[in-house]
Amino acid sequence: MKKIIFALFAIFVFLPALVLLVGPDAAWGGTVEIVNVSYDPTRELYEAFNRQFAAYWKEKTGAEVVVTQSHGGSGSQARSVIEGNKADVVTLALAYDITAIEKSGLIKPGWQAEFQKNSAPYTSIIVFLVRKGNPKGLKDWGDLAKPGVGIITPNPKTSGGARWNYLAAWAYADRLYGGDAGKVKKFIGDLFANVLVLDSGARGSTTTFVENGQGDVLLAWENEAYLSLKEHGDAFEIVTPPLSILAEPPVAIVDDNVDEKGTREVARAYLEYLYTDVGQKIAGDNFYRPTNPDILAQYSKTFDLAVNLITIDDPLFGGWDRAQTYHFSDGGIFDQIYEK
Amino acid sequence: MAGDRTKAAMTARRKKTPRVIPGFGLSMGITLGFLGVIVLIPLASIVISSSGLGLEGFFRVVTGRRIMAGIRVSFLCTFIAASINAVFGVMLAWVLVRYKFPGKRFADGLIELPFALPTAVAGISLAAVYSSRGVIGSLFERAGISVAYTRIGITVAIVFITIPFVVRTIQPVLEKLDPQYEEAAAMLGAGRVRIFFQIVFPEILPALLTGFGLAFARGLGEYGSVVFIAGNRPFQTEIAPLLIMNKLQQFDYQGATAIALVMLIASFGILLLINTIQLYYGKFIRD
Repeated sequence: MKKIIFALFAIFVFLPALVLLVGPDAAWGGTVEIVNVSYDPTRELYEAFNRQFAAYWKEKTGAEVVVTQSHGGSGSQARSVIEGNKADVVTLALAYDITAIEKSGLIKPGWQAEFQKNSAPYTSIIVFLVRKGNPKGLKDWGDLAKPGVGIITPNPKTSGGARWNYLAAWAYADRLYGGDAGKVKKFIGDLFANVLVLDSGARGSTTTFVENGQGDVLLAWENEAYLSLKEHGDAFEIVTPPLSILAEPPVAIVDDNVDEKGTREVARAYLEYLYTDVGQKIAGDNFYRPTNPDILAQYSKTFDLAVNLITIDDPLFGGWDRAQTYHFSDGGIFDQIYEK
Repeated sequence: MAGDRTKAAMTARRKKTPRVIPGFGLSMGITLGFLGVIVLIPLASIVISSSGLGLEGFFRVVTGRRIMAGIRVSFLCTFIAASINAVFGVMLAWVLVRYKFPGKRFADGLIELPFALPTAVAGISLAAVYSSRGVIGSLFERAGISVAYTRIGITVAIVFITIPFVVRTIQPVLEKLDPQYEEAAAMLGAGRVRIFFQIVFPEILPALLTGFGLAFARGLGEYGSVVFIAGNRPFQTEIAPLLIMNKLQQFDYQGATAIALVMLIASFGILLLINTIQLYYGKFIRD
């Protein structure tokens, strides 16, 4: 009797466990698999890019490459990598999240110099998505803080993308008030008092604004705004404010994981392919601004290239580490504007 | 000779203790191992992780004004939602058990859907339906009440997500309740109201309390469906699970687990309280 029980136990518990443990790591023929852990609004971009890259890699080396995609909020994606998601490459919304992985030791310091342009193959900016005809006449950041305007933006505390929204508004107010911190803070307070719904992520905000009809303006990444326009073209329009911020979503190889799996070569080729003309065009077609100026020029009809852009490394912000501590940490400016 | 044989038979029987399910040792081992791996170790890790803060740091985190406000919103909305479910859950269970009507099985199956639906899907659909442009939300809007993106919205989401707990705990009790008692009471001259409150209600009360407790404990931690309809404005519609996410987003594991620990203790306290009431009730009142 006991033997039978043990036999059953072995069949139902040990064997599946064994298969689960050993299975995925065993090499299947000439196929190599890499995992790209990315954030939410890059879904369409990497769907197109992975197809192109697989064809390119097959032609170059004769090997099949399968890229597994993972999407989610940028911060939680970074956390999943730190906690053991075996990503070969990460392509996240902000350098701060990749730096967090670096601090855990999985990525070597200096990753941001590993690829061109601060390791950001494509960029985006923050724009206003307004209802058709722009009934409230919203042209610039100053208009958003006026009474009676309803704003939809994700929460900068939970959404990496939303931090760019906040910082763009901050840059505007800083120039307007000549750096008077008290007045700038008051302006940001007025602006966020107009926020009707503070969704936890960018896609949630888009749903609130587009599907549920809340608010007059959605603060969004340019690529997200264009996606909404593509789906509901006649109901909305995009307003590019005269001053915006250059969002540089960076990419990096997760050193520890590629060394363990022996996939460094293909991971590097994958990220480098983003910088080729093909990769840059896929980015442009998916409404990200290519960082190669020649390719960007080909999209001058889509993007407003005259916009004045500030970067996170501007002395006003002093890079992500400083901006994060000053603005978004517990007790930072963003918390202060809600304390009364 | 005959005595020997019976003796031998008895020892043989004692060796093979007849149990319905064989392998007590093995099944017990699996039970404990399973509970440990799935429940106990993760819960213990919450305590350990937040203990890195020290007692003073722990209290500094959980007594922050914004955290307190979030916890208050969560408790208030969950309490109201669980209370609403306690009333309507009894009604639903009553109708589903006592009456025959076309489509009864279908209605019965609907109760379970909130369990099956991914919470984010539930949240997004609820927000769409209850927003000022939605099918139900627009009706309320005409009366000057906004549902989505207010505390009412949070309550609605929790009601939706926890209704199965109440209905499914009461249903079996009502099914077993013999209508003879009600008939007897009626023949002795009790009115309908009295029959319900003196005959039926005491029977279902323990199950109702359990359902309420489960709904409360579950609703308190609900994140996925609530964030989409809550509006998430600090001090107004920010729920405690969202504050936990905020902390995690800043890679502040200790702060996040500190809030989680408070909610865990609260949920545990409520379940304990309810169990105590039930025990007391079963021992002293019913007899």
